[in-house]
Amino acid sequence: MAAATTLIIGASHAGVQTAASLRDNGYDGRIVMISDEAHLPYHRPPLSKTLAKPGGAALQVLRSARFFEDRRIEFVPDTRIATLAPNERRVVTADGAVIDYDALVLATGARPLVPPIPGRDLDGVMTLRSLDDALRLGEALQGADHVAIIGGGMIGLEFAAVAAGEGRQVTVIEAAPRILGRAVSAETADQLAAEHRRRGVTIVTGDSVLAIEGQTRVSAVVTKAGLRVPADLVLIAVGAIANAELAGDIGIGNREGIQVDTGLATAVPGIYAVGDCAHHPNTHAGASMRIESVQNATDQGRTVAAALTGGKARYTALPWFWSDQYELKLQIAGITQGHDLAVSRRDGPDGRLTVFCFRRGRLVGVESINNARTHMAARRLLGAGMTITAAQAADPDFDIGAAAKLIAAAE
Amino acid sequence: MANCLRDVPSRSPAATGVDGMPRVTYLSPSGVAHSVDVRAGDSVMQGAIANGIDGIVAECGGSASCATCHVYVDEAFLPLVGEVSPVEDEMLDFAASERQPNSRLGCQIAVTAGLDGLVVTLPERQV
Ligand SMILES: Cc1cc2nc3c(=O)[nH]c(=O)nc-3n(C[C@H](O)[C@H](O)[C@H](O)COP(=O)(O)OP(=O)(O)OC[C@H]3O[C@@H](n4cnc5c(N)ncnc54)[C@H](O)[C@@H]3O)c2cc1C
Ligand code: FES
Repeated sequence: MAAATTLIIGASHAGVQTAASLRDNGYDGRIVMISDEAHLPYHRPPLSKTLAKPGGAALQVLRSARFFEDRRIEFVPDTRIATLAPNERRVVTADGAVIDYDALVLATGARPLVPPIPGRDLDGVMTLRSLDDALRLGEALQGADHVAIIGGGMIGLEFAAVAAGEGRQVTVIEAAPRILGRAVSAETADQLAAEHRRRGVTIVTGDSVLAIEGQTRVSAVVTKAGLRVPADLVLIAVGAIANAELAGDIGIGNREGIQVDTGLATAVPGIYAVGDCAHHPNTHAGASMRIESVQNATDQGRTVAAALTGGKARYTALPWFWSDQYELKLQIAGITQGHDLAVSRRDGPDGRLTVFCFRRGRLVGVESINNARTHMAARRLLGAGMTITAAQAADPDFDIGAAAKLIAAAE
Repeated sequence: MANCLRDVPSRSPAATGVDGMPRVTYLSPSGVAHSVDVRAGDSVMQGAIANGIDGIVAECGGSASCATCHVYVDEAFLPLVGEVSPVEDEMLDFAASERQPNSRLGCQIAVTAGLDGLVVTLPERQV
């Protein structure tokens, strides 16, 4: 009898962790991991931080070729899966090759959303998701003077920091009343916006791009309010959409993502989804959602590997996230979206900002800037299911680090 | 830096100092040694990843945001591995395995020629 095969589609943070954890858990069957990219799996976060610069930093591989060989993980690059045939438990590649599986893990991630703005196909208009995108962007930045970034989310702002750091004239255009509207509290967004402005970045909010102008190359973007921003490089960074079409074809996915339960299983037996593509019930948010973060991708990889090797299979890990912009390191523990009370405080001589976010009286998330101690303490506290009061959060003498150490000692 | 866009080919442990590459020894928690050549300028974390060494997770890819690249630096090399930055210091306080006086984040130590022969011990847990 042939050994069981686990097939993983997508070889990035979620897919690679799934494969690694399967072997860590003693899984002895075949592991085949398919990627439509040409490179060894790599860290995506540096793309918008250090890679998308002229002569950018080195690629950071997630794991080496040797790691995959040693663990008998069959990594297949440059191959796109075109169809799923769940009744036969097989998939078909774009070239028509057939691969059979016993368990299938969809780790297909997400891709940049591109709104139908006229001019979006002009030269010099880009998106950022892959290593190839980052290299192209870095090259384009070299010859650019004016950079317009459509969308004031994390990726747009990180690239704004890179471009401003390279001395470019940068404008960020955000349709919402403030930047990072979906991602962080107003207090945190304000501090980041202030830093961007201090570095010479123009931030336009409450205005949207009507058209991108140019002959063959972009020359400007024009907004609804009538602004005309000169641009020889435009980054469209208005969010991402799940790569859920394969799943959609068999009725388990749509524009929102691939629907899974708390064990990350889809409604089709033997098929799971992890990472950016997985619309999952999140115990910390109390809602079903997609989360785009390294933490979510790797912890879901661990969970699905546990499910496939008969262990604990509920996804309950605490969300956490980071973003680096200039010398600011933003860290988020928990889920701050949907909070109804934000208590902010500034600690230390340099007044480092922390925002404690509460929902219905419970601490749900903590945003901190250049305060790793508070961040790690909040992760420990929230991960243990503990809360603090708003009064404690506001009290300058309350030390969340010490509180978290007490939990650790009690464990 | 086009040559950085490829994975580092793994080298045999016997080939000390190939191309003058500094050699680093990673000791597993149970004391098993893996000696590998690390490209000068790479971090202790990257050296482990490039050589497929178990026990370094490196979830954040080297931005001092995850503390899953925790190592204990051999005392003899402590004076040579540079200063602990404030962020690293705070992250180490909450690493999954207990912080020791010789604890460092592997991603924050650049392996230079001067660190040839470096020995680090990996902790029991990174997550
Ligand atoms: C520029 C940038 C910066 C980021 N910064 C941060 C950060 O600072 N902190 C943080 O926590 N998160 C950050 N993120 C988010 C983080 O990178 C993602 O959450 C993570 O990459 C998700 O991993 P994944 O494996 O689920 O999906 P992905 O990384 O999207 O990988 C999915 C892979 O599957 C492939 N694929 C899709 N369909 C198919 C198919 N049919 N056949 C074969 N292959 C297929 C894709 O090409 C891709 O390689 C950032 C993301 C980007 C793009
Ligand atoms: S790799 Fe994340 S802290 Fe070193």
